[in-house]
Amino acid sequence: MAEPPETRDIELEMFSQPRLLACARAVAGSFAQRIGFNEIECGQISLAVDEALCNIINHGYDRRPDGRIRLLITALTGERTSLRIEVEDRAKQVDPATIRSRDLDDIRPGGLGVYIIREIMDDVRYEHRDGGGMRLSMVKHLPARPGRSADASTSSFRGRTTHGPR
Amino acid sequence: MGHDDHLELREESIDDGVILIPVGDIDLSRAPALRQHLSRVLGGGADRIIIDLSEVPYMDSSGVATFVEAMQLARKRGSKLLLCCLSDRVRGIFEIARLDMVFTILANRDEARSA
Repeated sequence: MAEPPETRDIELEMFSQPRLLACARAVAGSFAQRIGFNEIECGQISLAVDEALCNIINHGYDRRPDGRIRLLITALTGERTSLRIEVEDRAKQVDPATIRSRDLDDIRPGGLGVYIIREIMDDVRYEHRDGGGMRLSMVKHLPARPGRSADASTSSFRGRTTHGPR
Repeated sequence: MGHDDHLELREESIDDGVILIPVGDIDLSRAPALRQHLSRVLGGGADRIIIDLSEVPYMDSSGVATFVEAMQLARKRGSKLLLCCLSDRVRGIFEIARLDMVFTILANRDEARSA
């Protein structure tokens, strides 16, 4: 899949090290708050980012600390305000169809990351990157709140027009 | 283990076991340290192990997985593992994973001591 051409609001590059997860959570959560998500939603968005990064660290890079991961965050405006988060790596490629949530009735440690991401985010897509690695794109729509227009909190943002499905 | 992986964990003895109080976020960087602490405590043979999560503002699935492992080990050894004082945010991940009905989760220490 060709690299998306547009510039994101935030582009963060980090090593595949667990000690850096807190920073990535903070960046995602703070930005989500700024565009209007409430405290609970911001916490969930931070968690989804964390789980995505953990999967790359554990499974993509097999716990190697020198892998590179890019976290790309964009506020989208259009019919509704949304937050798009892309997580890119240069780790091993897997068939996106095999990236599935596991059966939660099977009580055992591990394997919850994909399920949690899909529960929290409204749209989740995995794809191969040109030149190797994977891209996870996830979108969460800002719920309409009573007494406030959906785009009120993003009026000061550059924001990007919402793109349709690829 | 580097400073970033360190997990502060306080212990308080009770009549039939121990209360553990981890401090700080429990994510992939700290889950191994938590696992070590829990293994040590479970190996000590306490009948009741209460995990007071009041000082844990955030947990990801690495932390949850560590507690699942500890719960399974506790059951094998005939010990009770109970969680208490979860913030809404931490309770939320247990609910998303549908583990809130698998673990014994109490509101406070008193309830955990008598459960």
